[in-house]
Amino acid sequence: MIAALGLILRRELRLALRQAGESATVVLFFILAALLFPLGVGPSPATLARIAPGVLWATALLAAMLSFERLFQPDFEDGSLEQLALSPAPLEGLVLAKALAHWLTAAAPLIVAAPVLGVMLNLPAEGFVPLIAGMALGTPAISLIGAVGAALTLGARRGGVLLALLVIPLVIPVLIFGAAAVEAAIGGFPVRAHLTALGGISLGALVLGPWAAGAALRQALAE
Amino acid sequence: MARFGGDGLECARGERLVFAGLGFDVGPGDALLLEGRNGSGKTSLLRLMAGLARPAAGRIAWDGADIGDDAEGHRARTRYIGHLDAVKPQLSVIENLSFWAALHGGGAAGAQAGLTAFGLDTLARAPARYLSAGQRRRLALARLAAAPAALWLMDEPTIALDRASIAALIAAIAAHRATGGMAVIATNVDIGLDGARLLSLEDFAVADGP
Repeated sequence: MIAALGLILRRELRLALRQAGESATVVLFFILAALLFPLGVGPSPATLARIAPGVLWATALLAAMLSFERLFQPDFEDGSLEQLALSPAPLEGLVLAKALAHWLTAAAPLIVAAPVLGVMLNLPAEGFVPLIAGMALGTPAISLIGAVGAALTLGARRGGVLLALLVIPLVIPVLIFGAAAVEAAIGGFPVRAHLTALGGISLGALVLGPWAAGAALRQALAE
Repeated sequence: MARFGGDGLECARGERLVFAGLGFDVGPGDALLLEGRNGSGKTSLLRLMAGLARPAAGRIAWDGADIGDDAEGHRARTRYIGHLDAVKPQLSVIENLSFWAALHGGGAAGAQAGLTAFGLDTLARAPARYLSAGQRRRLALARLAAAPAALWLMDEPTIALDRASIAALIAAIAAHRATGGMAVIATNVDIGLDGARLLSLEDFAVADGP
């Protein structure tokens, strides 16, 4: 089974590489959305520094929303998903491999872009490490929760909008702890509790996500 | 000897019963052709047989054991060729086929056998994006030959195929049956299989209610 998951992961990464534009879209959206804030609230360094943690986390989450639809929808439409469902790998494993590929191709670029945008938004120096650490710990939960949402909305018309409505409420805890970690570091408080919470959310999503998304995929295929 | 059968099968689509009281029995080397007008449930029955969906009533069993009880074992012995070709346009022909061959344990040799069986050797490195409908169909069918499986389920496999490819498909099915394999094929065209049995789904149709 591990071999099968490795095969699926390799295929996902190859497909993502062949259409690198899609990963680029997510990062570009992140950059543009974050750019709107200095334009909207004015270039005052103090104001920007104050809102930077929340803006970075919120825009990163919104950018991630763009990427969930491609998790299962193309495979569902071209018949690959039913073939994968009939392969030796269980659907839960498929979800895990897909979420990992999503994390590598969509979330990791966001983590790389975030500190650059932090500089642009005048994020205080103490905030950078918890920003990157928080994103590294919290984004696995985003990928996994997004996979559940993508599986649940498979085949639905206007699935993209529905997906965002479904996923955004579920990732609010990640936003709260992620932004709070950065704020705490800037204010000189310990960040460990926030980061631990983020890691805990990701672990919970790792346990529940594949199971829930697998059940949703099974349901979508049985119709 | 392995037997694949079902009885008392009932299939509902939405509120409507498509068929009821349907039974079938397939043994080693058998080919079963599913016939019936559009909407009579051929695809639904194949999906039940594949284990993609559960019947509303009745059971499908392999050697007497319900396929739902051994889903993993049933997946391993089943190849399903549906309406959709499951071909990724971003990958080349051989990349597409190699993935499925490896996933089912056929390896590189299996992928090569699949290419050869359906005359795709010269197209191996071509991007699947440029394939015609018939070539894509052949690539989907090549999965059958890429790794051995006891049960082949095919939904209108000859659609878009030219005459030579239909002959290749018939030869592949014959070779599969000669080694004790089973094939269930939903089709409305006579593809000329020797000794195939017919199952008309209209015999089990449920009259449309008011």
